[in-house]
Amino acid sequence: MKAPHFEYEKPATLAEALRLLADGGDNAKVLAGGQSLGPLLNLRMARPDLLVDIRTLPELRACDDDADSVTLGAAVTHAAIEDGQVPDPTHGLLARVAQGIAYRAVRNRGTLGGSLAHADPAADWVTTMVLLDAGLRVAGADGERVLRAEDLVEGPLSTCLAPDEIIVSVHLPRLSTDARWSYYKFNRKPGEFAEAIAAVVHDPARGVVRAVLGAMEGAPHVIPDPHALLDGDIDALATDIVTQAGFAPDTYEHRVHAVALRRAVAGLA
Amino acid sequence: MTRIALKVNGQAVDRDVAPRRNLVDFLRDELNLTGTNVGCEHGVCGACTLEIDGAPARSCIAFAVACDGASVRTIEGFDDDPVMIELRAAFNREHALQCGYCTPGMLVTARDIVTRLPDADEARIREELSGNLCRCTGYVGIVRAIVSVMAARKSSSGGR
Repeated sequence: MKAPHFEYEKPATLAEALRLLADGGDNAKVLAGGQSLGPLLNLRMARPDLLVDIRTLPELRACDDDADSVTLGAAVTHAAIEDGQVPDPTHGLLARVAQGIAYRAVRNRGTLGGSLAHADPAADWVTTMVLLDAGLRVAGADGERVLRAEDLVEGPLSTCLAPDEIIVSVHLPRLSTDARWSYYKFNRKPGEFAEAIAAVVHDPARGVVRAVLGAMEGAPHVIPDPHALLDGDIDALATDIVTQAGFAPDTYEHRVHAVALRRAVAGLA
Repeated sequence: MTRIALKVNGQAVDRDVAPRRNLVDFLRDELNLTGTNVGCEHGVCGACTLEIDGAPARSCIAFAVACDGASVRTIEGFDDDPVMIELRAAFNREHALQCGYCTPGMLVTARDIVTRLPDADEARIREELSGNLCRCTGYVGIVRAIVSVMAARKSSSGGR
């Protein structure tokens, strides 16, 4: 199908974009790369009155790199991350995840911030940013705030962002040189949304162990005691963890998440 | 309507468009560039793949209005492109198309693989092709065509 009628604005500054969103009320939507919103418009699952195009806003394209962290502008594309055009504080995790998102033609347009704001539970950045305990800088009409990635998603396609707020940048802690990570995604065809994701990061120098299950019914599940994954009986643990995460035992979803977790932990070694 | 100015296959284009107009319909219906095909209209099948600012993109989920200032290259714009000339010959030779509906998008993706990933093996080529659906060929001929162009380019450049 074709998209329904909408108005379109392409502001030159973030301040102007925020004003347009505030004036537009609940029926104004942010357009970045359009790789999720485009399909939703064509399928008429989204019917905004106004699209505010933020794809080329300079404030959303800036990246910064210091000793402890990296800041990536929200309008950085998946392809730019895949190709190493922006700093990567994870020794390759970001590029690896980026390469697995949809297809190259989509990655050339789709943005990091757009994927997070869209909040598809099966999306890769939603899970990855929770794994890395990223901070999101969010701008609104009343100023800016920083929220933890793990507080963003409230449910499928639903976030804590107000209709007039925009994710400006993503702040990522730098992993130590001896940090290990593992990211396992199960989908039946490359580029499809995941049926299960499990990811682990172990950074002994910073005292960080984090493990996350993705492609949940809503927000990613942060595994409460990830240390046990490093030296416990992973086969039994995975089953218990996935049950605790809310999947009923002996269902397909349970099994596929448990397998993803086992493979993610095995991949860490 | 919103005024947009963009380049299409090197030519300046200046038009009024309704914001809801997607790029592929704009190209086909207003510029009569019918080489780009419309498939699923939600970014999955790859039939509408073309280049925006030098990189492959889906024209069914790109809005023409958002391409103001962009440079768009459709399959018609690749007539004299050296890589595309080799790919067209290889697609013909290897029976890489039957009905041809996916072919314009497939060629744009194939060219991206050849130029961006010159050392890709067959597994990587297949992975990169996962965003372009073909329901006739089973992909065997398409993969073979891409492999043969990559091999020919390597041997002609002194085995890079």
